[in-house]
Amino acid sequence: MSDKITGTKDYKKEFPLLQQKMHDRQIVYLDNGATTQKPESVIHAMCSYYGGCNANPHRGAYELSVRATDIYENARERVRRFINAKHSHEIIFTKNATESLNLIAYSYGMSNIGAGDEVVIAISEHHSNLVPWQQICRQKGAVLKYIYLEEDGNLSQEDIEAKITDRTKLVAVAQVSNVLGLVNPVKEIAARAHSVGAVMVVDGSQSVPHIRVDVQDMDADFFVFSGHKMLSPMGIGVLYGKEALLNEMPPFLMGGDMIDYVEEQETEFAPLPAKFEAGTQNVGGAAGLTAAIDYLEKVGFDYVEKVERELLAYALPKLKAMPYIELYGCDSTRDNKTGIITFNVKDVHPHDVATILDAQGVAIRAGHHCAQPLMKYLGQNATCRASFYFYNTREDVDRWLESLSKVRGVLGYAE
Amino acid sequence: MLNNNHADNHAGLGGLSGIGGLDSIYTELIAEHSRSVENKHHLSFPTVTQKGRNPSCGDEITLELQVEDGIIKDAAFTGVGCAISQASTSIMIDLIKGEKVEEAHRLADLFLQMIKGEITDDDELEDLDEALALKNISHMPARVKCAVLSWRTLLESI
Repeated sequence: MSDKITGTKDYKKEFPLLQQKMHDRQIVYLDNGATTQKPESVIHAMCSYYGGCNANPHRGAYELSVRATDIYENARERVRRFINAKHSHEIIFTKNATESLNLIAYSYGMSNIGAGDEVVIAISEHHSNLVPWQQICRQKGAVLKYIYLEEDGNLSQEDIEAKITDRTKLVAVAQVSNVLGLVNPVKEIAARAHSVGAVMVVDGSQSVPHIRVDVQDMDADFFVFSGHKMLSPMGIGVLYGKEALLNEMPPFLMGGDMIDYVEEQETEFAPLPAKFEAGTQNVGGAAGLTAAIDYLEKVGFDYVEKVERELLAYALPKLKAMPYIELYGCDSTRDNKTGIITFNVKDVHPHDVATILDAQGVAIRAGHHCAQPLMKYLGQNATCRASFYFYNTREDVDRWLESLSKVRGVLGYAE
Repeated sequence: MLNNNHADNHAGLGGLSGIGGLDSIYTELIAEHSRSVENKHHLSFPTVTQKGRNPSCGDEITLELQVEDGIIKDAAFTGVGCAISQASTSIMIDLIKGEKVEEAHRLADLFLQMIKGEITDDDELEDLDEALALKNISHMPARVKCAVLSWRTLLESI
């Protein structure tokens, strides 16, 4: 069996970490839903920034600071084009999607959600798009409602209609579930939210790295994602918000660089985007994010989707033929499955599966995937998850499945 | 079935030799204890009930003890978790049943010192008996919390 899909390129050689061995074998990295590996060009961009341009942006009146400012503001414009926002000042840099969602919850949520109001999210949300809304609702006396799932793991169309009502102030849904890997109809949900006067928050953490996103087309009011899940360094994330909403919102974090004038008893805040970027920002991360977007667009989303689909089509029938494997979210008939496969090995706890695979050089995720309410809804305590990216190969899948076939034997169960 | 058989403690299951390091973790003893339900039930008259959780991985046990006159007359547990946490709990219960509370305390402290790598000499650890089979977990930071869950829970309960 060739280790590549016909016509594909060997991208692994551009990722230093993927050259490494783990437990004496070439590493098979299948935890891309948690974080992706970084290509040379991204690592180089970070090093170049710190080695050649490091200074505090927006401050010093000297050449280095001007260069740092340029790198930072170019990254903002690069992100704007990447997700097709209307204005670059609608792009706010944060440390990750979690911070972006907290910013929305604290700034927009605390000001606009009151007693008796309703917030609607999906049962499949990651804790980062669940706990902030749950806590805002508790503080404000608002009601948190859930969209549950159809048999095949897709969001219940009936719930989308029934739960989003005139009382709904905000709807927050992931574009792709980090456990089920299914693309949710966020454009349709946004239309439904807008029809009742609610704002729409979309968590793009698991979509932006894998599919082309257009925030204007989906008409999200807020859209968030993390850089590190799309080739970029950790510690840089994005909040997109529509200009009118961001202008109305109070600042989240306060301090340096987010002000125009500070008096003893009052402060005039800076306009967008500085209003939401207090303190020294992650310019090195922004440089890495720019390089990551450049790299990803050069690879092309058509290619990314093609590889992930082919790996899915290659792995799923083999998994289904293994009688002791249980699969979750793998039966959607809507042609909306991304490269995330969540599974369990009968009788074996996911952490043991992960340890046994690790000993064979295969890295997968095990646990509740920061989605405890979903685990409970699925009747599982924990699950295993393998998640692909465009640098993965059929050989990776073979190595994964081969190591998986040994798991039960290690614990003394019949094959 | 779960005799004190030290000779077997470090012997892996058949067919494992090809998977680096695993045979020192998932020994036959650990695998058997992880599947065993001998100590997994409710007590009729527990005097102490203590919940233990690893929030990061979802392991959850409830330890039940029947303590009379300072002696742990009976012990059992319920709950869910990985092979290592389940085996560690089962082994611990075998070890502390019939012991004085102070002795259970001492054994739990000894176990935690073993897992932290603070005591490595097998002679000093001898009293841990079958629990010695978990010694190699000290080299697996990712699984330490699984091995110590029941012992931490025990220390909280007595």
